[in-house]
Amino acid sequence: MSATPAAHGAASEETHHSTHGGNDHAASHGTMKGYMTGFLLSVVLTAIPFWLVMGHVFSDTHLTAVFVMVLAAVQIVVHMVYFLHMNTKSEGGWTMLALIFTMIIVVITLAGSIWVMSHLNTNMMPMTQHDMREMP
Amino acid sequence: MTHPSTPTADGEALAFYVAEDAHAEGSTMLGFWIYLMSDCLIFAVLFATFGVLGRNYAAGPSAAELFELPTVALNTAMLLLSSITFGFAMLAMEKEKLRTTLVWMAITGLFGMAFVGLELNEFAHLIHDGATPQRSAFLSSFFTLVGTHGLHVSVGLIWIVTLMVQLGLYGLNPANKRRLMCLSMFWHFLDVVWIGVFSFVYLVSVLQ
Repeated sequence: MSATPAAHGAASEETHHSTHGGNDHAASHGTMKGYMTGFLLSVVLTAIPFWLVMGHVFSDTHLTAVFVMVLAAVQIVVHMVYFLHMNTKSEGGWTMLALIFTMIIVVITLAGSIWVMSHLNTNMMPMTQHDMREMP
Repeated sequence: MTHPSTPTADGEALAFYVAEDAHAEGSTMLGFWIYLMSDCLIFAVLFATFGVLGRNYAAGPSAAELFELPTVALNTAMLLLSSITFGFAMLAMEKEKLRTTLVWMAITGLFGMAFVGLELNEFAHLIHDGATPQRSAFLSSFFTLVGTHGLHVSVGLIWIVTLMVQLGLYGLNPANKRRLMCLSMFWHFLDVVWIGVFSFVYLVSVLQ
């Protein structure tokens, strides 16, 4: 009661500071509900692509491949949100910034490599399986 | 912060080392996340290599002939279950339940071991059938990518055992909690990489 408002404010700030790490981590641990939601979504998102491929659902294999990759992308987001607890607020947004930067590099690496190398293949001298067997 | 009981002439007790490490609160998590992102780049390069070379069979066995999807599905289930059990371990840690944390970590470790065991068994079958890494560019890139992931999981298993011993000795102190959170991120990250592996390497390669 005798404490001045300023001193009280400083004390509460100190208390807040010491527990800040704990609060931050507690928020990032997730809940039982969150883990179960992530798990059930993952099970469904894993089962569908396996069913598509093993059950020969579509006759068009390109369509199947596109579906499998899209479902994989969705499942990666589910894991990021429910298991890795990604959000824009943790660590002041730096984890999200690092993730976005990495994703840009990953996309450039993957798309760039596959694009360039597939074009390179087209411009190479044709080689049959027979030629390949005759290789030294 | 501290009140030295025996002040020297300088008014401060002599200290030859800093008792409290000077690092910002919570910076370990961000640092470990940046490590995971760099690891992600390693996998991106290996995925790109497989994307480029994945169809170059060199007149050898193709993906459709080699891969057994039921085994891959079982493997995926093992890793997914280990992910959720590690989540339960983290929830138990939050409630300061040491024994429950240890039990869930042990279950996670068993699922992880089942995963590595199934993968090694698959590799052994492939090599026995002559589908060695030297056989074709497809198999070289396959073994490098999947092998690197398997190596990560194996390191994760060693980490789980080490941390279980640490927890048994020192309990749920702040240092062990921090380590558990790092391991949790590492383990879930490996599951994320596996999504890419089973989709891009196994399922899409088997098509056609």
